[in-house]
Amino acid sequence: MAILEVEHIRKSFGRTEVLKDISFMLDRGRVVSIIGSSGSGKTTLLRCLNFLETPDAGVIRVNGDVLFDGDKPETLREDRIRSKRLHFGLVFQNFNLFPQYTALENIMLAPTLLAKDKKSGQNLRPEEIRATAEELLERIGLADRRDNYPHQLSGGQQQRVAIARALALKPDILCFDEPTSALDPELTGEVLRVIRALAEQHTTMIIVTHEMAFARDVADQVIFMDGGRIVEQGDARSVINSPQNERTRQFLAHYSRNGE
Amino acid sequence: MELILQQLPIVIRSLNMGFLQTLKLFFVTLLGAFPLGLIIAFGSMSRFRPLSGLTKCVVWVVRGTPLMIQMLIIYYFPGLVLKNPIWGGGESGRFLAASVSFILNYACYFSEIYRGGIQSVPVGQEEAGLVLGMTKRQIFFRVTLLQMIKRIVPPMSNEIITLVKDTSLARIIALQEIIWAGQAFMKGSQGISGAIWPLFFTMVYYLIFNGLLTILLGRLEAKLNYFR
Repeated sequence: MAILEVEHIRKSFGRTEVLKDISFMLDRGRVVSIIGSSGSGKTTLLRCLNFLETPDAGVIRVNGDVLFDGDKPETLREDRIRSKRLHFGLVFQNFNLFPQYTALENIMLAPTLLAKDKKSGQNLRPEEIRATAEELLERIGLADRRDNYPHQLSGGQQQRVAIARALALKPDILCFDEPTSALDPELTGEVLRVIRALAEQHTTMIIVTHEMAFARDVADQVIFMDGGRIVEQGDARSVINSPQNERTRQFLAHYSRNGE
Repeated sequence: MELILQQLPIVIRSLNMGFLQTLKLFFVTLLGAFPLGLIIAFGSMSRFRPLSGLTKCVVWVVRGTPLMIQMLIIYYFPGLVLKNPIWGGGESGRFLAASVSFILNYACYFSEIYRGGIQSVPVGQEEAGLVLGMTKRQIFFRVTLLQMIKRIVPPMSNEIITLVKDTSLARIIALQEIIWAGQAFMKGSQGISGAIWPLFFTMVYYLIFNGLLTILLGRLEAKLNYFR
């Protein structure tokens, strides 16, 4: 069953139309990779799903519930947006960890604040939140770095903490915006391994990436975007190994030439 | 030398009185300018154009003209032009007028420091908070504020130390701060005249106080050094 349905999303910045009629579906426990050149609208699409941008038109449904409907302005109210965001997690390209908090505190902050908010319906006790955070650190292999501040961690470690931080809120869908683009090549592996492990545990994920081999191996589905449109989508292996669309072929040719 | 030792207690007492006035003006200015500066900073960052335009204009005038002139105008304008001496007479009236001038002037400088601090926190910090379901309020107090404070401590320290010395400008409206007190012994006061050495003593007061401030602010800076 589709956990996420995106229908006819449009978004313009001034006169530039960045997203032109985007529609796709994602099943629970599946992984979709969004690929395409810079400026094709991948990141804007992720930002729309996380309500960092408001689409101009279209519908977003999660578990059949309408989270956003361009024709119904009441779905845009600030106080409602906050709870809708919790359906999605977002891992940023440059981590955006909170520098004044340790790895453990970074993971615990949002769940702790949410537990204090009586309306949220999440009344976890502090010990439970802490236990979950420690378990997450264990999962990303950084249990021994829990009391380190972000600047004491490598880029790869920071990104893994950022993934744990997003997971702590148990989102339905975890989004990644080029999670390894800001990392040295030798650090991308450790981040990709964590994402791969999540995929094996059937975490629903949307991954914007330039790592074609990774997209092919880990994603179930690939979406190729170009000029604000979805040009081609389908089974990850077949899209990347034998693209049908001319633009997709051109784009992927750059990677095979680079030895990917 | 013997004469100086004789005169010393009189001079010290006088300088102490003056320095008390200096300290009062210093702390009152900080107390008023810290919050007012924040309000001005938000005003100049407002998306409502007339408000940000007006605020920027005020900041431009206040920072672009000497504090001494501002103080003269604030003190004398109500009485001389409006025929309504709102400050009242005496030392307390002069202190009030000086405080208002200093608070307004320093708030404008502080506002620019605040603005720089707020804008230097990467927008990704707020976005990270938003996608984690935090409210804007929580993001400001739990995430952005401390990063902003860390960034404004060094420029603020500069302004604060300048303020200590700037308080002496208040003697232009005859506020009896420490330099006024020291200078009195040149002209003649309490049986002492033609003495310049009390002025050197005033420097010691400034140096010690600024030394203490430097240590204090340095500690604060070091305390915030645990993160980057």
